[in-house]
Amino acid sequence: MRKPFDLNADYQPESFTFKSKKDVKDVLGRYPDYAKKSAVMPLLDLAQRQVAKEGAKADPVYGGWIPRAAMDEIARIIEQPPVKVYEVATFYSMYNLEPVGKYLVQVCTTTPCWLCGSSEVAKACEDELGIHWGETTKDGLFTLMEVECLGACVNAPMVQINDDYYEDLTPDLIVDVLRALRDGKNVPIGSQTGRRDSMAVTGPTTLTEQAKKSGVI
Amino acid sequence: MPKLTINGIEVEVEQGTSIIQAAEQIGIEIPRFCYHDKLSVPANCRMCLVEVEGGPPKPVASCAMACGEGMVVKTDTEMVHKARKGVMEFLLINHPLDCPICDQGGECDLQDQAVAYGYDRSRYHENKRAVADKELGPLIKTTMTRCIQCTRCVRLGEEVAGVTELGLMHRGEDVEIDTFVEKAVSSEMSGNMIDVCPVGALTSKPYEFKARPWELSKTESIDVHDAVGSNVRIDARGGEVMRVLPRLHEEINEEWISDKTRFAYDGLKKRRLDRPWIKNEKTGKLEEADWNEAFTLIAEKMKSRKADKRAFIAGDMIDVEAMVAAKDLAEAIGGAALECRIDGATFDTSSRSGYLFNTSIAATEEADAILLVGVNPRTEAAMINARILKAVRHNKAKVGVIGKACDLNYAYDHIGTTAKDLEAFKTSKAAFAKAFKAAKKPMIILGMGALQGEDGQAVHALAHEIAKTYKVVKPEWNGFNMLHNAASRVGALDVGFAQDDFYIGDASFVYLLGADFDTSFLNSKAFVVYQGHHGDLGAHRADVILPGAAYTEKTALYVNTEGRVQQTLRAVMPPGDAREDWTILRALSAFLNTPLPYNTHQQLRDRIVKEWAQFGTLDVVPSETWEAFGKKGKVSKDVIAPAYENIYMTNAICRASETMKACTQEFFLSKQEDMAEAAE
Repeated sequence: MRKPFDLNADYQPESFTFKSKKDVKDVLGRYPDYAKKSAVMPLLDLAQRQVAKEGAKADPVYGGWIPRAAMDEIARIIEQPPVKVYEVATFYSMYNLEPVGKYLVQVCTTTPCWLCGSSEVAKACEDELGIHWGETTKDGLFTLMEVECLGACVNAPMVQINDDYYEDLTPDLIVDVLRALRDGKNVPIGSQTGRRDSMAVTGPTTLTEQAKKSGVI
Repeated sequence: MPKLTINGIEVEVEQGTSIIQAAEQIGIEIPRFCYHDKLSVPANCRMCLVEVEGGPPKPVASCAMACGEGMVVKTDTEMVHKARKGVMEFLLINHPLDCPICDQGGECDLQDQAVAYGYDRSRYHENKRAVADKELGPLIKTTMTRCIQCTRCVRLGEEVAGVTELGLMHRGEDVEIDTFVEKAVSSEMSGNMIDVCPVGALTSKPYEFKARPWELSKTESIDVHDAVGSNVRIDARGGEVMRVLPRLHEEINEEWISDKTRFAYDGLKKRRLDRPWIKNEKTGKLEEADWNEAFTLIAEKMKSRKADKRAFIAGDMIDVEAMVAAKDLAEAIGGAALECRIDGATFDTSSRSGYLFNTSIAATEEADAILLVGVNPRTEAAMINARILKAVRHNKAKVGVIGKACDLNYAYDHIGTTAKDLEAFKTSKAAFAKAFKAAKKPMIILGMGALQGEDGQAVHALAHEIAKTYKVVKPEWNGFNMLHNAASRVGALDVGFAQDDFYIGDASFVYLLGADFDTSFLNSKAFVVYQGHHGDLGAHRADVILPGAAYTEKTALYVNTEGRVQQTLRAVMPPGDAREDWTILRALSAFLNTPLPYNTHQQLRDRIVKEWAQFGTLDVVPSETWEAFGKKGKVSKDVIAPAYENIYMTNAICRASETMKACTQEFFLSKQEDMAEAAE
């Protein structure tokens, strides 16, 4: 999917500075001097998280995204032409290049999830939030996105919200999750049906001895 | 040195040679799109697949696979054919079928290879993707839907031009080449992107819908817009130059040419002088004339002036033949001053090693410390700048600049701005001076900008001293270089077309041989003859105008800044009554009753070679013995500026060119405005 972005939009800030010089130094410290440009990805992530932190306190709230000014700043730090940073930022789907909601709801609709009912989960999201793919709620809380496989097929269908996975969903369960997030309540991450990790629904079927020993069942 | 077999032919290659290069060495052609022998290897088009026996049971990309000992490579098996057909089919899925309206048609890699390796029909029935065109300035036209994402243009910008402005954005189906932020590609080498593009995605804007490659007659010539002597191919149709393309010369321009060389050709069709003109003494207006009238008048005026009041001035794009003919003519009539440095530069011309680019252009990339004095190589010799960029990238060469700060595409130490700073550099303890001292292959590049003051001779001597102090000249390495910016200059100096003890303002008869410069300091009563191809600065002041031939219209010798003799070949005929320059001088000599002793071009060449043997062999770089030169003296405290900063407006052809005008606006003036704004 092509990422939406507009470099000349009104929401693009004039400038960007990293709040924590220490974090930048830490990232740069991971790479030898001649490979400074390797720091581009962690720095992009750092920028997105910094924006997310600012966004959480703003009114209306917003989530983490990477302004153009941040990409230019990163280019300056790693001594590369800005276009090299743009290339990386547009390539990876986890970098947001335009403002998103505080909670970025990424619904997996790839085959395993789809077979287990991701269409209904998606529909439930749309109905609950009143938005479609790629849109953000007016209060700035939620952005809805369709994504390809996130690698949690055993617990399909699943949804990723910011850094966390919510698995074994039904339309009702995802609505509960979304409501809880909206109200600022704690939501358990992982399986929403109480399944432990990706264990079979009926309990462990192999290595039962070991499972008992380690206290899984 | 691994030995391998390709299609049953055994070949031994250098360690690290890729299969595609090895195949090329024995004449086996492997199709490719992304691979370019002057650029890095991304291996992303997958067209060059071959079968390697004993290797993995799948085709391998021959551009990225190094040759190994005992490898058995096959380029002509069923597996290879099937793989290539598959790749081709995928490439064509999103490529529009618009060859009939595409400028690349007839010289398109994709078109050629689709004929050789593609299916004759498509199995793809879905919609093709469309990509928005990009605005890349007045030189490059884009049709991005045709792009096959080989990234040659991206790599060219980064590796050769030194300006990373294009990139490969997004991914998968949405991938596209873009500048991301809308702007023109601001490189003086950008035109080469058109050449490396294997499809019609990047094409020449001025050449848009003008001609088809099979209609063009191709002439292998050289370029005269700067003193590099880039090898070019002039494509003409009828009497018109349709485009100029680079021609491979590993020691000069490799496969590239500057935008000025490539795009200034439209200036050859405008403001041309196509008949003689004589100024009416009463009205002061130029009137059409014929050759007889013009020659009679010139002969009369020339004879009536004293020898020490006559001067012949050679311009920037004049060939050696014309200058020798002018010199012979001057001698025949009893003498005249000869000068070629119309930019006002003064330096010692007695030693050839003092005014040549001794290191040679090719060896520049071996340098490990470079001192630029009063020169902006990016605008004055873009090809040499590309070599300096290579030295900086590959040898980590340090660059120091004395003179006005300029916009180079590599980092440099700004040591000073005046000739005084150059003097101080002799005993400098700065970091660059240390690096320069320690360098194994140091280079000094002395530009015309540093020599244009009254202290030219002193600066020239000072440069010699610095070369001595820093041991720039060694038995196996001559690091002293003078960078000229006029194609005619070295040839003129070689044949003695320079005179230091003469002030042109004193002359009462001035013969401008294609010399276009600010003529305001000429004596207002002087009789001025202008012989050349454009109605430019020189012609404005002329009393008589004789129409000459431009570089595309004559077979003539030029010497580049290295001292390498090369020749242009005639691609088209001069317009109207215009003639090759030496024939005009030969005809004039008859009117002076001192006919020059040559009637054919060959006789003139023989005459030249007899006196200056180096003109007998083309394309050889001389190695000159290192001698003392220059006159020691006081140097001034004035800031040294490069000879020119706007690469696009340096001679009569450029000034007549609409394309160069557009480039000046887009790349030069707007940049200056930005800088002025930033300064505020």
